[in-house]
Amino acid sequence: MALKGMRPVYVVSGGVSKFAKARPDRTFQPIVKEAFDAALADVELDFRRANELIDGTVGCYFSDHFMRQLKAATMVQDYLGLCPKPSHRIEGGGATGGLGFQEGWKSVASGLMDVCLVFGWETMSHVETWKGNEFIALASDVSFDYPVGGFYSGYYAMMVVRHMHEFGTTVEQMAHVSVKNHTNALHNPYSQKRLRLTIADVRAAPMVAWPLTRHDICVMSDGAACVLLASEDGLERIERSSGRALPRVVVTGVGRGTDAMRMADRPHGEVILLPHEKASDYKGLKYPGVHSFRAGRMASKQAYEMAGIANPLRDLSFIELHDAYTSSEVQTYEDMGLCRYGEGGPFAASGRTFMPGIDYGLKLKGQGTIPVNPSGGLIACGHPVGATGLMQAVFALWQLQGTIAKHFADPVLQVRNARRGAIHSHAGTGTYVTVSILEREH
Amino acid sequence: MPKKSRGAAARAGGRKQAAGRPRRRRSARGSGAAPAGATELFKRPESMEGTVVFRVPFPEALDDLKGMTPVIVKQPYRIDYVHSFGQDSPFFAGLANGHLLGTRCRRCDYTYATPRLACMYCAGETDWVELPKVGRVHTFTTCYFGSEEFLPECPFNLILVEFEGVDTLFLARLLGATPEAIRVGMEVQARFVRHARFKPTDVYFVPRSPSRERRSPAGEV
Repeated sequence: MALKGMRPVYVVSGGVSKFAKARPDRTFQPIVKEAFDAALADVELDFRRANELIDGTVGCYFSDHFMRQLKAATMVQDYLGLCPKPSHRIEGGGATGGLGFQEGWKSVASGLMDVCLVFGWETMSHVETWKGNEFIALASDVSFDYPVGGFYSGYYAMMVVRHMHEFGTTVEQMAHVSVKNHTNALHNPYSQKRLRLTIADVRAAPMVAWPLTRHDICVMSDGAACVLLASEDGLERIERSSGRALPRVVVTGVGRGTDAMRMADRPHGEVILLPHEKASDYKGLKYPGVHSFRAGRMASKQAYEMAGIANPLRDLSFIELHDAYTSSEVQTYEDMGLCRYGEGGPFAASGRTFMPGIDYGLKLKGQGTIPVNPSGGLIACGHPVGATGLMQAVFALWQLQGTIAKHFADPVLQVRNARRGAIHSHAGTGTYVTVSILEREH
Repeated sequence: MPKKSRGAAARAGGRKQAAGRPRRRRSARGSGAAPAGATELFKRPESMEGTVVFRVPFPEALDDLKGMTPVIVKQPYRIDYVHSFGQDSPFFAGLANGHLLGTRCRRCDYTYATPRLACMYCAGETDWVELPKVGRVHTFTTCYFGSEEFLPECPFNLILVEFEGVDTLFLARLLGATPEAIRVGMEVQARFVRHARFKPTDVYFVPRSPSRERRSPAGEV
């Protein structure tokens, strides 16, 4: 994959609704409008001008079951006042937002649009958590997997139990991720959960599916997010309307991967290597099995190649990744090549993915090399599925603009000299994964 | 959904625990001491039970409407699907007759524990083959919570089974083992329910023990 013939795409602005367990005060359309209005306000664009500039939209939401409303993206399109502009709906499980971001990128990069709005949301509070678990588990094979005890936390538990068996990963190493992400979120006003935890707290929380406790797992949310993407022409037009020069954040890489729906069907073969790895690093490792996400590796490899990233640990300033589980954050460190396969556990406990300068109440030797989920991630911010991947894009944009202090009313989570960030969106048991690279242009 | 029609008063705000409501469990593996979410212990559980309401208050002034609390109603939704197992049907017919079937690629010999008619690696057609009835635990978990449908069965063990000479794994329940006793690599034996329900749970696994094996009607390994 290459950018041949593609135009540069700028992430101009973004907005996020405050994620909450339930938003009975509004139906989904006005929740999306909160994110949309925030994105316009941030670049001082009034709706009339925005409506002239936006060529079309991409609407993202995961489940038709949660709302019992089909064609819901149309209802958002008309509520936002954007009819009769072109639009289409994206659904790809947990990666819905990440896929939608890349669909927006395609629309602009291809020359089809100069300004594209990508909006996403999920309102999961319409059913009880147990029913929600059932709806989510329908994203597993309903002939062979769902009837055995369909429950995503159970699936992820099995995957990390194998990771523990292969590599010696410990539950305390996983709990480090929970402490990190929850602590980070204390400085993010958009986050749903506000908890200061210790490793012992994480382990003492009610067990959901061994070894994952309630604090190892993200929660269901109501929320929305959106981003405004533009070509260079589009960006200049937005700048003329808003009357000021905007920070230039450009998408330099996009990658996607897939894997078999049924975990049981994953092969036990050879590792897909990143540029900084050698086959000899992985002698005897059967890959991906159920311990690793081949789709995440594929997506990373493509995105890194497109963006010219040779060593992600060195070349990225931060990552917002899909930590639906502490275990999957640890596994994703490896897929994204921050450490070698098998080293995710010790890497998590080393502190390298923690923010520098925050006291987590832990002894961390290498704190702050590459902050991962400085926002608090899904575990603390919440996971309104269709919004999640876009929330990551918005937080990444603010990092690269250097505007975290403004948006969070707190400077603590601003990654210093953030130059290049990655966002990672992940579906199913690793069935669709997207990685996109965002960079501040000099 | 109430099982039979009862008066509105009987349905009033969560007087009874709804059927299928998860009981609060403390796992054997999690320590029972001072949970971080301790405040939740003092919170009345939310439920979908409610009172039938025919009128709500309404303000005189329309300006006050934006401050009105939302009207929330319950909308039941129940569907029966006619689900055909299609080309995978022999697997379920096999379970009903005490056979555990997988498929093997004619062209490249890749063998699937969970059947598929087309090979993922060479796109060749596969044939049905009998799987061993003894395998090993590849990985496992114990679910203390779950989807609504399975809440009454919590806690239950899930395992992925690996079979000698078979390239992929098989998802199943493991019975007859405490969560603490389950290990990766442990030998397990297939068992079949007597009255098939045509679900993948018509086969389940138990820890393999010589005495069990003799008694098992499915013991011919």
